[in-house]
Amino acid sequence: MAIEYKQTQLLTDVPRHYCPGCGHGIIHRLVAEAIDELDAGAKAVGVSPVGCSVFANNYFNFDMVNALHGRAPAVGTGIKRARPDALVFTYQGDGDLASIGAAEVVHAAMRGEKITTIFVNNAIYGMTGGQMAPTTLVGQKTATSPNGRDADWCGSPIRICEMLSTLEGAYYIARVALDTPAHINQAKKTIKQAFKYQLEGKGYCLIEVLSTCPTNWGMSPVEAMDWLSENMIAYYPLGVFKDKGAM
Amino acid sequence: MAKKLMKGSEAIAEAAIRNGCRFFFGYPITPQTEIPEYFSERMFEEEVHGCFLQAESEIAAINMVYGAASTGVRAMTSSSSPGISLKQEGISSLCAAELPCLIFNIMRGGPGIGSIQAGQGDYFQAVKGGGHGDYNMITFAPSSVQETINCIGQAFPLAEKYRMPVMICADGIIAQMMEPVELPEMQPYEVDPAEKPWAATGWDPKNPVGERANVTSLYVETEQLDVLSARLQGRYAIIRETEPQWEAYNMENAEIVVTAFGTIARIAKSVIDELKDEGINVGMLRPITIWPFPYDAVREAATQPGVKAVLDVEMNAGQMLEDVKLAINGAQNVDFFGHCGSHLPTVDEIREKILSMREE
Repeated sequence: MAIEYKQTQLLTDVPRHYCPGCGHGIIHRLVAEAIDELDAGAKAVGVSPVGCSVFANNYFNFDMVNALHGRAPAVGTGIKRARPDALVFTYQGDGDLASIGAAEVVHAAMRGEKITTIFVNNAIYGMTGGQMAPTTLVGQKTATSPNGRDADWCGSPIRICEMLSTLEGAYYIARVALDTPAHINQAKKTIKQAFKYQLEGKGYCLIEVLSTCPTNWGMSPVEAMDWLSENMIAYYPLGVFKDKGAM
Repeated sequence: MAKKLMKGSEAIAEAAIRNGCRFFFGYPITPQTEIPEYFSERMFEEEVHGCFLQAESEIAAINMVYGAASTGVRAMTSSSSPGISLKQEGISSLCAAELPCLIFNIMRGGPGIGSIQAGQGDYFQAVKGGGHGDYNMITFAPSSVQETINCIGQAFPLAEKYRMPVMICADGIIAQMMEPVELPEMQPYEVDPAEKPWAATGWDPKNPVGERANVTSLYVETEQLDVLSARLQGRYAIIRETEPQWEAYNMENAEIVVTAFGTIARIAKSVIDELKDEGINVGMLRPITIWPFPYDAVREAATQPGVKAVLDVEMNAGQMLEDVKLAINGAQNVDFFGHCGSHLPTVDEIREKILSMREE
């Protein structure tokens, strides 16, 4: 029988700890396949964050460096400056990037740091058990906003792509989603484009991936995908916000 | 090699470069800003061809060092007391991830924003674990610009041998004063992946040779964390045994022994020289490494025949004093003189204190 699909060698075979319906597994695959298709596995260095994907070091099968909470863009900066030929990416969740690591991501983008950020936005803190994130939607119930996020009390969610697009150093900024097979294919293409730009020596690229957290959202995996389609995309529109390569 | 008159902070940066450091990440803070300023020019000269980057914060700077050090290069940062406080999580993490690097603390007066003059109030922070968890790092406390240069020469090889950050705690005076110094020759440093198999120097999943780099400070399973802790503590035990450095000064026939570190030790030395001319013998035991602390040397000096008391002098409320007392363990009288913040103990004050101790 012909082999129709084979896992890329850029992922390890160890069992993953992610919950059923979690988007991280899909995103790991897209990232690893994109790097593999660019034949860049031998020069890849991934920087994992603190959050659910803190274990990404075990799942990507190339050089990996784990960063402190929010500091992945600074760690990635140090790696890239020391090894300009490496393909350096940070993989960060929304608590990590948009809250505690807001300064690091803004300044990495400002400097036009030649690294790529995969920003996984699932509108909640996953690892610590479902607390409100800067990306939590207004009205969304979490462990620290049990009555729903109140915009008067704690503001409205932050749109990272729109914000970073204003910076000169940002080269390619796009938002994609995992809610349909078409969107997943688009996500892969977009991630690959970002890596391609880095290999060409271009500036800072960030791909925001709208993802799901069924466990902490209190939904089934299917319900979570529907919730993403109906609620998240309405607030976080998909598309390319900046592409200096197409200008 | 001819001696050259240099400002401490510039000598520090130049010595680091000559010891193969090509990666500096920092953030402005007084009284160490001349270090990044010097790097910002020198790193881009043809002969050096390195990287100076001004980070957005001290937190970012230490994490950039973490990233660069992950690839095996010689990297460093410098800051001053409040900035070093901000770096503590990063330092704990560098220790846990077993990454060699150099961290300079040009100490100023604290607590809080404190003063911008020299201080010694970061002794506890440096040697008792300013960050979280069970870790230590080799920490030098030089008392001259030349000694600081010599410590830099030892710092990178020690950091690499023991896979840990090395800290140099120099007070603001050392960074700000000018002294004649002799600098080492330029030594290039190339990362050798065979020597640093843990470094992220590139690994091909399709033609795997050895293991890929997996730099982390995360050990969620208790059993795994125990393995790391045993490895670190084993290393620390060897360092405590083999790496303490100190200077013994005028110990012959000493009736009082002064313990002091950094610039304060130089002030104390002036007092010792003055008193010697008057026929009063006061010795000094000056730790050069404050971790590992030279416990044995301090105990031996303090209990040498003829010694009647120990005077610890510091520019803080008595931080090293605790290690001096631990070393002596009740076998000798220990007195203290010092001021907090940036208030420098003077020659006259120390002299008066020593004379009053003789009368007791």
